[in-house]
Amino acid sequence: MDTKEIIKPENLVYQKPRLMNDNPMHYCPGCSHGVVHKIVAEVIDEMGLSEKTIGVAPVGCAVFAYNYLDIDWIEAAHGRAPAVATAAKRLNPDKMVFTYQGDGDLAAIGTAETIHACNRGENIVIVFINNAIYGMTGGQMAPTTLLDMKTATCPYGRNVALNGYPLKISDLLVQLEGTCLITRETVHTAAAIRKAKKMLRKAFENAMNKKGTSVIEFVSTCSSGWKMTPDQSNKWMVENMLPMYPLGVLKDKS
Amino acid sequence: MQHEIIIAGFGGQGVLSMGKILAYAGLMEDKEVSWFPSYGPEQRGGTANVTVILSDQRVSSPVLNEFDIAIVLNQPSLDKFENTVKPGGILIYDGNGINNPPKRKDIEIYQIDAMNIASTEGMAKTFNMIVLGGLLKVSPIVKLESVMAGLKKSLPERHHKLLPMNEKAIIRGMEIIHKQ
Amino acid sequence: MPEEIKLMKGNEAIAYAAIRYGADGYFGYPITPQSEIMETLMDEMPWETTGMVVLQAESEVAAINMVYGGAACGKAVMTSSSSPGISLKLEGISYMAGAELPGLIVNVMRGGPGLGTIQPSQADYFQTVKGGGHGDYRLITLAPASVQEMADHVALAFDLSFKYRNPAMILSDGVIGQMMEKVKLPEQRARRTEDQVRQEQTWATLGKPDNRKPNIITSLELDSSVMEKNNQRFQAKYKLIEENEVIYEEINCEDAEYLIVAFGSAARISQKVVDLARAEGIKVGLFRPVTLWPFPSKRLNTYKDKVKGILTMELNAGQMIEDVKLAVECNVPVEHYGRLGGIVPSPTEVFEAFKSTFIK
Repeated sequence: MDTKEIIKPENLVYQKPRLMNDNPMHYCPGCSHGVVHKIVAEVIDEMGLSEKTIGVAPVGCAVFAYNYLDIDWIEAAHGRAPAVATAAKRLNPDKMVFTYQGDGDLAAIGTAETIHACNRGENIVIVFINNAIYGMTGGQMAPTTLLDMKTATCPYGRNVALNGYPLKISDLLVQLEGTCLITRETVHTAAAIRKAKKMLRKAFENAMNKKGTSVIEFVSTCSSGWKMTPDQSNKWMVENMLPMYPLGVLKDKS
Repeated sequence: MQHEIIIAGFGGQGVLSMGKILAYAGLMEDKEVSWFPSYGPEQRGGTANVTVILSDQRVSSPVLNEFDIAIVLNQPSLDKFENTVKPGGILIYDGNGINNPPKRKDIEIYQIDAMNIASTEGMAKTFNMIVLGGLLKVSPIVKLESVMAGLKKSLPERHHKLLPMNEKAIIRGMEIIHKQ
Repeated sequence: MPEEIKLMKGNEAIAYAAIRYGADGYFGYPITPQSEIMETLMDEMPWETTGMVVLQAESEVAAINMVYGGAACGKAVMTSSSSPGISLKLEGISYMAGAELPGLIVNVMRGGPGLGTIQPSQADYFQTVKGGGHGDYRLITLAPASVQEMADHVALAFDLSFKYRNPAMILSDGVIGQMMEKVKLPEQRARRTEDQVRQEQTWATLGKPDNRKPNIITSLELDSSVMEKNNQRFQAKYKLIEENEVIYEEINCEDAEYLIVAFGSAARISQKVVDLARAEGIKVGLFRPVTLWPFPSKRLNTYKDKVKGILTMELNAGQMIEDVKLAVECNVPVEHYGRLGGIVPSPTEVFEAFKSTFIK
């Protein structure tokens, strides 16, 4: 097969999602954000929801999510995305409203908003990136930072006496009657991405069918924050993050 | 013409609602009215008071420190408000639990033993209306019909069956009030 | 008595006026002395009639961010609180100003600082008109002095906030919120349809049709040269508001030798002070700013050669007095009288203070 043959439309096997624009991403090589953005864009488009979707961006590395996906976006204050999304959805019940938040945003400064939006069973999707670190501000300790893991604000490793334990917020949210689907995924292999996308689609369907709050946690990498190569990051994530944050469905009422 | 009234007593005695009924009666007569309550924890068992102003003109200050009429339903309220009655004004008090009765000579003082009547004649729920009746007797600032019309307007329909009971209490109050 | 005249509390008037305005949403958290606003809305169940959403939020912070989210969708949304709660909301208010979102915030002020008291106060003047939250922003601020104005200012505040894409505040206090007066509620207006919102608020995030660019509501701009331009745009807008939206009331000011400048409940008390003074032959007038920002500086300035003295009467330690002094450019003695911590002075007390200040 020559090049001409390969690029024929009928031989197309992959393309950039329609809703992703050409803005160069600011994410670091090896970061999980780019892949999660991509499957979010694909799910919205495949469900035909692009004209109905309102994304709520966080404060954190994904603060500029609105630069990459061509949908309407609201940039929320740090941690407040679930409150912002609550109003957006309640005032526009036929819209698809989702938040996209990191661990600091969702599980530290915004814990109250997260818990109460989930407890009210807001018909929204929370896309949760857990990379165990504050990436945007330069690698400080997050609520999900592992014990003994070194960050800029726990340079000798996270210490229980000083910092308490890694917060397994998704396990906490499982207890709330308002949540419908809670699952932990990764995007470090093609198979994992396929599975994650399936769950993401289910979450979006739940929101449109008013089944309550769905939270998709992505156990993610932060190669810059972790000071590793992308490849090392993936390995480190599998070896260290997954034992603390095991993958799979934690709750599914959908 | 402007009537400036303070009503004060224990929380739960119906002080605020008596003021409200008076304000509604003023509304029925197309008067300008203002009703300004003490609010917050004071309402719960402590002392409560409300300033009611009925006027032919736009009411300026809803907050006052002297009054044409003071209605006081316990000793702390009497102690607090006796001296706020303007010379020539009216003070009405319930004698129940009063150890130090009012002493001023430059105002008209009336006693109404509404608490006593309310408990002996089975009118506990309309105690404040007995007091209101006393006020209307000594100073008919609004008509009885207006009070009844105001009550009807302020009460939800399901409570309209209570109207005769309230009217009875007002009339009883008119009978028992007497000059000190 | 015309049927439409009702007797109600200032707080209740806010709630009914919001429904009548066709507001799309209310998000709040209980705090004395303004809880009747949400209680009345919950009791009226406007979601059954106009479709207005009413939600008790988990916190003041969540409530203002719900307002932010609703406003981003072009909706007429509001919250209400009292002083300590407003402190918590200031982050969100600053974000609304930065993202140029309309919306109504009601502050029924109580005494501070800290948890303070639940009794009436005007000690949040600085907080409201000088910023409060971070950044160079302004909050359109209306100061109702009656229950009728509590009702009327709801529509006024919403209209101004949409006209300029800027949050607006009704700055009231425990006196006006808790007192009952006669009020004529506005006519019921229909809530705007989504099509209307899309047409009028072209920036609203309601889902992106294929034929337009994404709408993005944000206050973030990391490029300082662009951020400065954004700020300059805000400042130009604020100047326009200052030129066009000043409201004040003058009572007995034509022949006044002295002015009392007061807003909200303090203005009501001061109105009686004017009567007391006039009864003694002292020519006092009341100047009442209705908009605290924009402040009626130009109009006040015209009194600088006309009056012998100005007393500002505020339920605080002297905050608006700074704006009054600036307005008259220190050409007239400007003095302050106020009570603190929830104490509301009586008209005679203020009159005595006025006399001891200016008449001696």
